[in-house]
Amino acid sequence: MPADMATIAHEPGVSKPDPVLAVEGMRRTFGGLVAVDVDKLEVQRGVITALIGPNGAGKTTFFNLLTGFDQADEGSKAFNGSSIVGKSPHQLARMGMVRTFQLTKSLTKLSVIDNMKLGAKGQRGESFLTSIIPPLWIAQEREIEARAEDLLRRFKLDHMRNEYAGTLSGGQRKLLEMARALMSNPSVICLDEPMAGVNPALTQSLLEHVKSLREEGITVIFVEHDMDVVRDISDWVVVMAEGRIIAEGPHETIGKNQAVIDAYLGAHHDAPLSFEEEEEQLAAAMSALAETDQGEADPAGRSTEEEE
Amino acid sequence: MTALLAAVDWGQIGTLTVSAGLGVDAMVFAMAAMGLNIHFGYTGLLNFGHVGFMAVGGYGVGIAIATWGWNPYLGLVLGVVFALILALLLGVPTLRLRADYLAIVTIAASEIIRFLARSTTLRPWTRGTEGLNEFAGEFYALNPFKATFYDWGPFFFTGNNLFIILIGWGFTLLLALLIWQLMRSPWGRVLKAIREDEDAARALGKNAYWYKLQALMLGGAIGGIAGMLQVIAKSTVQPDTFQPVITFFIWTVLILGGVGRVWSPIVGSMIFWGLLALVENVLRQFVTEGFIPPSIMDQNQVGIFRFMAVGIGLMTLMVYRPQGIFGSREEMALDAR
Repeated sequence: MPADMATIAHEPGVSKPDPVLAVEGMRRTFGGLVAVDVDKLEVQRGVITALIGPNGAGKTTFFNLLTGFDQADEGSKAFNGSSIVGKSPHQLARMGMVRTFQLTKSLTKLSVIDNMKLGAKGQRGESFLTSIIPPLWIAQEREIEARAEDLLRRFKLDHMRNEYAGTLSGGQRKLLEMARALMSNPSVICLDEPMAGVNPALTQSLLEHVKSLREEGITVIFVEHDMDVVRDISDWVVVMAEGRIIAEGPHETIGKNQAVIDAYLGAHHDAPLSFEEEEEQLAAAMSALAETDQGEADPAGRSTEEEE
Repeated sequence: MTALLAAVDWGQIGTLTVSAGLGVDAMVFAMAAMGLNIHFGYTGLLNFGHVGFMAVGGYGVGIAIATWGWNPYLGLVLGVVFALILALLLGVPTLRLRADYLAIVTIAASEIIRFLARSTTLRPWTRGTEGLNEFAGEFYALNPFKATFYDWGPFFFTGNNLFIILIGWGFTLLLALLIWQLMRSPWGRVLKAIREDEDAARALGKNAYWYKLQALMLGGAIGGIAGMLQVIAKSTVQPDTFQPVITFFIWTVLILGGVGRVWSPIVGSMIFWGLLALVENVLRQFVTEGFIPPSIMDQNQVGIFRFMAVGIGLMTLMVYRPQGIFGSREEMALDAR
């Protein structure tokens, strides 16, 4: 973990010394359901931030909001200090924030090399009028191809260069998607469950690739369920539950955080297991209640219930 | 049996089949299917109203010349402009939505255009169901084939027909070369990426909406040109030649040839029209020679039956070669994964 992260308090919404992404008051509702309600989140530049949380916590929705695939009802978000509210995914990708998907989106009927070349930014041949005249873009195309081949070698996909992407295995598709995202020279890369459905042997090499991104100075944000993975590669962990950010900190502190344990296991997970135990506790509570004034205790109890 | 088969004039059937495969209809449908191929084959846009683009192209040139008395070349430009405007009208509101919406809007729009052209309100411009006539003269004034008939061996064409067929096929080939170049460029790569997965393209910084709109406009303009060639070849614009069924003939041509291949619309159209002529003429001769008794089929029923025969042929193709003539089986197999 970088030295400047060590001094940061381990609390949700804490400010970071050099945030590349900053979100404030972001809210997204689907009818009556509040899917995301994040008061504040800053993502430190150049580190690997893991976003974890139980199923339905709103991680993927939050990812979609960050990357422009969905627009928040309210709230602000800034990338490198400038607001990116209302920006569409392709604009954000051009600004240097790319994402991958939980269900890999390899373009099945394009060859692996074409998948890679598509990732490159600012291609002259991608405009209709210039595309008719190859001399205008062929040199750039060769450069892109060379870069794509380098990346394919690095991700050990070079032997599949001319195959259709649809013939790759699930793990290879994850690799291809990550490599393709790197073709655009991103400064932030958002990986939605990069290890899902990948066999253990390939997981190791994927982890190494993610770590190497950090060495290149790329900020990585990833959603993951596998805690071993989170422990292995993340510098900072953000925990979401029911749309809110409930904890932040390095992974060592997260496991001991009461709010996180409650979110994953339920707030009453240490509740009595046997009937006798429960009776005992009930009796104790009743006697405690009898001592205090009933007029005071009752409304207080009701209001906490309503909040939940 | 052999005597009966010998009575059938196979030479004439062959001649008529080949003539139909090279004729005006084949040429017009080849070009229209090339436009649809850009929509569906390369970009994945579901356009079920391609005949609408043909109609606005045809009416563009017809109204400009016959109603407004414009220069014929400006008429050609107006036809393309109409097709581009139609593409914008259809695309701007629907291309941000899911793919199905474009399908709904296009099929409705093509019928709206036909009914507008028939309507009494637009009669001053379109002359309703009578349609526009006598506007193609200035194009045929350029015809170098002055003789009324030309024949090579068993084949014969009228001078005007020969002229429009040569111009049309020449233009079709040029457009095919243009599309071939476009689709091997990075621009075409983006279109194919959008066909495969729009969100992936957007995540990689491609403005999927704008590319889809460009594809709709390009394919629509090519459909418009097909419509212009048709009305010039027939020297008339009739609203009821732009029935929805034309759209589905174009789809048939495209699927027959193989979706997403440069040459498939051309070959698909030749086979479609050749096959129709073949079935029709074989049946006609069989009926005439008494090979098929009148209790089963008479001359009037042949015209309807040929479409059934082509339908069965298409079904057989879908069973044994679902990728069409030029398509790749390997690519088809990827869809099933």
